[in-house]
Amino acid sequence: MIAYAIYFAAGCFGLAFLMNLWKIATAEGVGDRVLALDTMVINAIALMILYGLANGTEIFFEAAMIVAMLGFVSTVAYARFMLRGNIIE
Amino acid sequence: MEQVLDLLITFFLVIGGVFGLVGSFGLIKLNDPMSRLHAPTKATTLGVGGVLIASMLHAYAYEGHLSWHELLITLFLFLTAPITANFIAKAHIHRHETPGTLPLAGGDRKWATHDIPPEDQEAASPADRG
Repeated sequence: MIAYAIYFAAGCFGLAFLMNLWKIATAEGVGDRVLALDTMVINAIALMILYGLANGTEIFFEAAMIVAMLGFVSTVAYARFMLRGNIIE
Repeated sequence: MEQVLDLLITFFLVIGGVFGLVGSFGLIKLNDPMSRLHAPTKATTLGVGGVLIASMLHAYAYEGHLSWHELLITLFLFLTAPITANFIAKAHIHRHETPGTLPLAGGDRKWATHDIPPEDQEAASPADRG
């Protein structure tokens, strides 16, 4: 039962990932692209945790944590660049 | 007991997957940049939260100990999602809105992104003053 639920959730997040890629390719503004990139990072975290769940290992939590932090920092840097034109003043 | 935990794990996985999908679908479907901000920041965060809770329960059911790593990731995501949303909204106000197109901020000043403090008035370009 759990195996099928994991497949279902992985399918949902994979589809969501493709939708984000589509949005990045077709968005008309920079803000939308940054938002889609941020969502893509969150979906990647979910996929990573699902992979760890399916294989029964805990090694992917650290990777997910690092990806979460990098995603946050990169989104803030992008938004900062849109707002100011440079990142570190 | 095992059966109940299995059901709970399945429930959280399905809920998480559906919310993740809805969040990314909203990013495509909604037609205004500021409404598009709502779907990923709220629904997707909830979806990842559901998957993380399922992972916690899975560790408790099959490895015999409750793991707290997942709670750490959940907490981090719940803290950072509003911050990124706020940053993207500020960038949108800076690039696409003028003081005329926004509702009044209240008081006798403008929104913080457009407002130039009195001590910086001379340094600002004439177009930004006003």
